[in-house]
This record gives sequence, structure tokens and C-alpha cells, in this order.
Amino acid sequence: MTDPSPDTAPSRLLSFAGRLGTEVLTLAVTLLGLLAMTFLIGRVVPIDPVLSIVGERATQEQYDAVRLALGLDEPLWKQFAIYVGDALQGDLGTSIRTREPVLEEISRYFPATLELATLATLIGVLVGVPAGVLAATRPGTLADQVVRIVGLMGYSMPVFWLGLVGLLVFYGQLGWVGGPGRLDASFEMMMEFTITQYTGMILIDTALNGNWPMFANAFSHIILPAGLLGYVSMAYISRMTRSFMMNELGQEYITTARVKGMAEWRVIWVHAMRNVLVPLITVVALSYAYLLEGSVLTETIFAWPGLGSYITNALFAADMPAVLGGTVVVGAVFVALNMLSDILYRLVDPRAR
Amino acid sequence: MTLLSVKNLRVTFETETGPVQAVRGVSFSLGRERLGIVGESGSGKTMTGRAVLRLIRPPGRIEADEMRFDGMDLMAASESQMRALRGQRIAMVMQDPKYSLNPVMTVGQQLTEGLRQRDRLGKADAVTRALAALQAVQIRDPERVMAAYPHELSGGMGQRVMIAMMLIPEPDLLIADEPTSALDVTVQAEVLSILDGLVRDRGMGLIFISHDLRLVARFCDRVLVMYKGRVVEELAASDLMAAQHPYTRGLLNCLPRIGGSRAPLPGLDRNADWAV
Repeated sequence: MTDPSPDTAPSRLLSFAGRLGTEVLTLAVTLLGLLAMTFLIGRVVPIDPVLSIVGERATQEQYDAVRLALGLDEPLWKQFAIYVGDALQGDLGTSIRTREPVLEEISRYFPATLELATLATLIGVLVGVPAGVLAATRPGTLADQVVRIVGLMGYSMPVFWLGLVGLLVFYGQLGWVGGPGRLDASFEMMMEFTITQYTGMILIDTALNGNWPMFANAFSHIILPAGLLGYVSMAYISRMTRSFMMNELGQEYITTARVKGMAEWRVIWVHAMRNVLVPLITVVALSYAYLLEGSVLTETIFAWPGLGSYITNALFAADMPAVLGGTVVVGAVFVALNMLSDILYRLVDPRAR
Repeated sequence: MTLLSVKNLRVTFETETGPVQAVRGVSFSLGRERLGIVGESGSGKTMTGRAVLRLIRPPGRIEADEMRFDGMDLMAASESQMRALRGQRIAMVMQDPKYSLNPVMTVGQQLTEGLRQRDRLGKADAVTRALAALQAVQIRDPERVMAAYPHELSGGMGQRVMIAMMLIPEPDLLIADEPTSALDVTVQAEVLSILDGLVRDRGMGLIFISHDLRLVARFCDRVLVMYKGRVVEELAASDLMAAQHPYTRGLLNCLPRIGGSRAPLPGLDRNADWAV
């Protein structure tokens, strides 16, 4: 018999580990490239870092002292090496506005974005995938049309408009949800003293502390912006799920499953879904990464102290260390998510291992 | 005894340019014997096989004056009655294992699925049955194959897995739709002889769909020749050389023969009148 022998389990695992090593190397190179980009941007923008610290009325001596302290007299390659070294040790510089380390500030802002983006993506997946499957299994029916139109509205309505109308209706008129901000002012003041902060994500922290009234309040604040971003992500995910599912349902192995007498739910949710997952993982990861950059408009309307508004405010204040630090974090998150989706992709698709 | 009887079967697809009839009034009956269906691409032979299992999905439509399997009216059967019939009593082997096996499930998962889901067998029992089924199709290291994914198998191996999977519930009727067309010539013979042996031993009915007239003649008791959705000739396999219909004769003549004349082979004659 001339059949090629399928790999044995240990060697399969080994090659998986090998690919993982390559992946980590790629990650390192990508991050280095990212740092090179932000470093160069920092040198190219017409904002004198020394001047923005000392102010315009400083003497030449003061100016030179700060210039020396920042290491700007060193050759460019050495400056870059120092920059990379600092970044690896978690030093992304000091914000000019607040004189606080950038990373420390970001670690306060990022959890707000993370919490919002995660909840939004969860909503997008939990609604979008079943909606897409529903549309794919009944093409041309009313259900398909409804999913299509609701999705189309998600793409095309400006998020700031939906946000304002949402606030007007659900907060202003109906009073079903909390207003802008992450908590009511009264809870906000209590937060620091009554709960231990583990993650910076209020829903998780209040749950871990068992503070359910505060949890409920935080939930009433996050649900509207998360629902809104989740709607946009749902629109995308449902469209993609529909087309992936239609494609899989036309495959011959689906006929095989039906010939075997499998129930239709099993044909769709087990046989086809496992194959749909392969491309869907990439779609969800991209949409999640996009939300993790912090959506400036949503964060502005809902007074959400997230990464998007942090970077935007820093940019308006010409606070380059903060802007570039934020960019590095966003880039790193993007790269990390990409790697995660690559790993998941290999877990669900044996042909990619 | 008649296992399957089909009268005036029609399969129609609604398209934007109007309905297209893929099968136009096919009738046949089948006992525990081997029936071959031959014809060129698009002659409706595959659709005939799938219509028996009621596997034509919308926008396709199946109609028939009668379609009975072992006394059961297939046209009137509910979807859940059909599901019980599929896999259990009527099975089908498809053309290319590369596409007909689920690429992201192991062979073992796919082989044991029916036993676990439908027969509610425990895992160990299901695995034992699956291993036996793999041995029956002459796979020597069934444990290894069980753990493999379809892309790790060769075509011949994949098709054996497919046959094993379809024969596990010991069906009464097997529809083999071009089961060897995607395989290498050397592997074809192996797979055919395995299929032949199993069908013989278990006394199943077989519908063997192929475009290869000689193969069908060697393998089957009776042959239906289809052209443009209609049966143009039905004859015993042994009488094949005495075929009367010009289309059948054309199919026979367009095959090269070793030691035969070196003159260019005649093209296949097609005449729209035959399909009326």
C-alpha cells in the first residue's frame, strides 16, 4: 500500500510547537518594526520635544540641559536602542501634560476600552453568528431579508448619531440605562474606597468584590455603548457568517452528513460550523482588534475614559510621548490578537497545522 | 422481491431563466441486485440517485408518480422518517473522498458519529464497530487511520473510509455515485473489488452510477442508459453488446480498445429526439 502515513501524535505536537516558535519570532520582529515606526514618527513630527517640556521662555542653558537629559545629543541609532530598551522595560516615556509615566496612564485607560470592546464583541458574536446562520439556512426568506437589512443599517448609520439617539431615548426618555461615564457619580466616589481593583474593568472588579449594586450600576452604564459597538460588529459578523455558512452548506461533506441520517441542527452546527469557524476566527479577531483601538466617537459621546479618547486628547495637546506610547500599545494589542487568532486557526483547522 | 420502485421520477430546478428539468420521467425497479446507471455528465444519473434519498435541496424539486422503498412511500414520508431511512437502510458513497469527508473532523469522529448519535452507543462500543468496519474494507492499521484527518489519507484510503462509514449500519440499499472516478486506475480496481465483495456478502441492493459503460457492465446485473434526464435504454448487462439504441452504441464505440483499430474514435452521437 502506498498511502502516506499520517503523522503520529507526538510529532504532530512537535511541529505545532515549532510553528509556535516561528510565530513568536515573527511577533518579536513585528514589534521591533512597530517601535521603529513610532520612534521615527517622534523624530519627524515638527514638535520639538525639548521645547514642549521647557516652554518657550526657557533660557538656552535650560534648553540644553533638558536636551541632554532626554539623550537627544546621542546619535540616532543609539537613541533608538535606548528607546527599545526602555520600551522593553515598560518605560514608554513621560507624559508632557501630566508628568506621569505613559504606561501607568494607559494602564488606567486601557481597561475601560478592553471592557467595552470585549462586551461589544461578545454581543456581536452571540447575536451575529446565529443571525448569519439563520440567514444562510433560509436564503431569500423573510428572516434572511431582516438580517440583511438590520446588518446594512449597522454598517451605514454613523455611530455618533446612533449613540446620541440611544442616549436620548434609553437614558433621557425611558431611563432604562445609565448615562455617560462608567458609573453614577455617587458610585464613582465610592469605588476607590469600597472595592479592590484587580483588573481595572469595573464589571469584573465589582463582581470579584461581590459588590452587586455597583455591578448593576456599571452594567447599566456600559450596556448602551457596548450594545452600539456590538451592533456594528454584529452587522459585519452576521454578513460574514452568512456567506461562510452558505459556502460550507454547498460542500459535499454536508451531503455525506445528511446521507448518514444526521439531524439538520447537527449538520449545520457541528459539521458546517466547525468549518465556518476557520475563517470566522479571523473576522472576529479583526473586529475585536478594531474595537480595542478605542473608538473615539463612542468614547467621546459616552464620556468613556478609554484609549481612544486618551490618545486623541494627547494629540490635541501635542503630548507626543503619550500619543506614541498609546500607538505602541494599540499596535502591540493588534499584533497579539493576530497571533492569538493564528493559533486558534490552527487548532480548529488540522490542515493548517 | 422489489426493494425500490420508482415511477416517472422528475427532478426540476427553478432558475432565473425558468425551470430546468434534470430528470424527466425515470422509472425503474430494483430488488437485491445491482443496477447500473450510465450516461454522460448532465444526463441526470446523479440527480436520480440523490432523489431516491430525497437529498435534492430547494430550489430543486422532486416529483414522482410513485417512489417506494420496501413498501414505504418515499414521496409521502416526513423528513424525520427520511432521516431514519438515510444512513440506516439506504446509504450512498460519493465520488471524491477529498470533498465528501469533513476536513476538520478525524476519520474516527466521522465513523462513530452515526453509532453515537443515532444508535446511542457508548464510545468504546462505537470505536470497536468502527475499527471492524475499517478492517472490512481492508485497511490494515485501522487505529492509525481512525486518528487521521481526511487530508492525511490518499484517495483510495479515503474512499475505503467512505465505504466503511456507509456500510456500518448495514443498509439494504447502497447508492454508489461514481465511487472510483476520482481515483487512480490501479486503486480503482482495489476499491471496486472491496465494494463488490461487501455488497455480495451482505446481500445488498446496489445502484452503481457511472459514466463508464464497460465498468458498469462488468459490475452490474442490469443497466439503465440515461440521456438528457431520460432512460433511453434498459438492458441486462450480458446483452450490452447487443444494445440497440444509437446512444448506447455510441457510448460503447467511443472507448478505445487495446489491439483495436488505430483509426480515430468516433465522437458521441447526440440527437435531441432521443430525449423526447
